[in-house]
Amino acid sequence: MADVQLRGVKKDYPGGFRAIHGIDMHIGDGEFIVIVGPSGCGKSTLMRMVAGLERVTEGDILIGERVVNEVEPADRNIAMVFQNYALYPHMTVFDNMAYGLRNRRTPKAEIEKRVAAAAEILELQGLLDRRPRQLSGGQRQRVAMGRAIVREPSVFLFDEPLSNLDAKLRVQMRLEIRKLHQALGVTSIYVTHDQVEAMTLADRLVVMNAGIAEQIGTPMQVYRQPATTYVAGFIGSPAMNFIAARLGPDGADIELPAGGRLPMSNGALASQAGREVTLGIRPEHLTVSGAGDGVVSLNVELIEQLGADLLVHGHFGGDRTDITLRLAGATPVSAGDVLPLGVAPESLHLFDRENGRRLETAAPSDVPM
Amino acid sequence: MVENRRYLTYVAHATLILGIVIVAFPIWVTFVASTHEPQDLLTSPVPIWPGGAFLENYRQVLGVGLEAAGGVPVGTMMFNSLVMALAITIGKIAISIIAAYAIVYFDFPFRMTAFWLIFVTLMLPVEVRILPTFKVVADLGMLNSYVGLSVPLIASATATFLFRQFFLTVPDELMEAARIDGAGPIKFFRDVLLPLSRTNIAALFVILFIFGWNQYLWPLLITTDESFYTIVMGIQRMVTVADAEPQWHLVMATTMLAMLPPVVVVICMQQLFVKGLVEVEK
Ligand SMILES: Nc1ncnc2c1ncn2[C@@H]1O[C@H](COP(=O)(O)OP(=O)(O)OP(=O)(O)O)[C@@H](O)[C@H]1O
Ligand SMILES: [Mg+2]
Repeated sequence: MADVQLRGVKKDYPGGFRAIHGIDMHIGDGEFIVIVGPSGCGKSTLMRMVAGLERVTEGDILIGERVVNEVEPADRNIAMVFQNYALYPHMTVFDNMAYGLRNRRTPKAEIEKRVAAAAEILELQGLLDRRPRQLSGGQRQRVAMGRAIVREPSVFLFDEPLSNLDAKLRVQMRLEIRKLHQALGVTSIYVTHDQVEAMTLADRLVVMNAGIAEQIGTPMQVYRQPATTYVAGFIGSPAMNFIAARLGPDGADIELPAGGRLPMSNGALASQAGREVTLGIRPEHLTVSGAGDGVVSLNVELIEQLGADLLVHGHFGGDRTDITLRLAGATPVSAGDVLPLGVAPESLHLFDRENGRRLETAAPSDVPM
Repeated sequence: MVENRRYLTYVAHATLILGIVIVAFPIWVTFVASTHEPQDLLTSPVPIWPGGAFLENYRQVLGVGLEAAGGVPVGTMMFNSLVMALAITIGKIAISIIAAYAIVYFDFPFRMTAFWLIFVTLMLPVEVRILPTFKVVADLGMLNSYVGLSVPLIASATATFLFRQFFLTVPDELMEAARIDGAGPIKFFRDVLLPLSRTNIAALFVILFIFGWNQYLWPLLITTDESFYTIVMGIQRMVTVADAEPQWHLVMATTMLAMLPPVVVVICMQQLFVKGLVEVEK
């Protein structure tokens, strides 16, 4: 087992396209890191550089204190699970798992022992003589994992391993991957664009955007203290509401464009009084308050009933910004209503209007993790 | 089928049966002729049913050959043809699969130039370059040898192109998985690519074997020594004998024998061959 370090890693593809703009990261021994981000942001590129399938243009990648920039994939002691599984079609399940071991001249008895152990963990015992095309998608997925496990690598790399499975199987496999990680404790890097996978699997989350790591932190850190508007909008569903607002004259409250003020906790931004900001509020943090103490009122335009939840879309007074809020499914609301809304001061997120960076309102230690 | 009408089925079958008869009839006549005495074939009507000289005729062509055509036994000619056809087939497949592997999986300077150079020669049939090739082979002293018979026909743009197209459909991840599994280029080729190409190789084997077996012009040009005559050119020599009647019964027996090896190859490879044409196993 080993830790993984990225030091100023950059990647230029031939043709001059810069896919990764410099990433620094330390992944602890046994940690489960999830990389999320939109399509084309460089997740696979980053992972393939760790695997050794893609050259590093600049910077260093270290696996367990050893710089591996020039080391062949087979000698990095890593194992990778591909999105399309990449099983050898002409080999049996057993041979698929054993192939890597045979290439390293592992003794036969040892190979059989390890494959049997992996098959047991993944419930593949009855399938060892089949070819990949005689397996279901979920079973192929397991074989791909088995091929990774038998190598007993120091780092697991997963590139969207569940995206070809149906929703139900995905949930099941997600739990199994989590269990597997608990059992084996191997350092893992996992790429996905599924938020739920990201939040549930990760010890720490890397949110990427256009070749940059926008934020690295635990799932709750990322959810509670998104570092940029980009992260705030990407993590959480439905996405966070963003409102163009301004800090009040004494920096202790926020003036909304439609009128109305929201008090801030700790009033910590006195020096920034009057500044233009982007205010972020998660849909689940807006509450319907009793008549009288509502700070702003929402003109309801559209209702989406999800069963357990109810999504309400509307506007604050004359401001045209779309606002979404999430209420319990049974709440009696209909289009045309005017709802008085309140929001707890600690659930407000302030971002610089220009560069989208978070403005800290409270000392970070005040925020529960 | 869009519609499932009865009479359409009958029409379809009738057409197919008629087609088979048209294709098979000349072969039947050849067979029948090869089982008769020579004088039976010179009288009208030409017989339609097999005669009684089967054993004699075949024994003579296999063992002795035709006096007037140089007296080379058909057995020798078939052996020569077999050596030539196998050398061409195996050589073509080996060279083109390796060339395609290099072009698809390795990044070397002028890779596309190499591919296009190979591709362009697709348009040049053997006959076009036959004189320069003859000159080269003659200067190298390869006339009247198995090497001379087969080597000039081995380079194959078609097979290289087919293998390249197949390799392009093999997902890159397979190669990457093999790299992570510690398989170098040769191991990947041997353990993954070659088994995956099995059906393609079988299909090409059939096509190329028949191509090699049927070579006529090239062996005719470069062999003057009877012990290197191939069967296809041998038949021609039997027909165009100088001052004598062609021995039709023996020519026909030779023809039947000449047809056998390609048929055997097709039958043996049939299962793989059909798979190779129809199914893509990935
Ligand atoms: N071989 C290549 N040559 C040039 N550009 C490439 C190459 N591979 C990827 N790119 C570019 O690099 C960027 C990052 O690609 P990458 O595959 O890492 O995205 P990703 O985050 O994994 O996306 P997805 O979620 O769709 O898999 C993309 O803009 C892509 O077009
Ligand atoms: Mg990707």
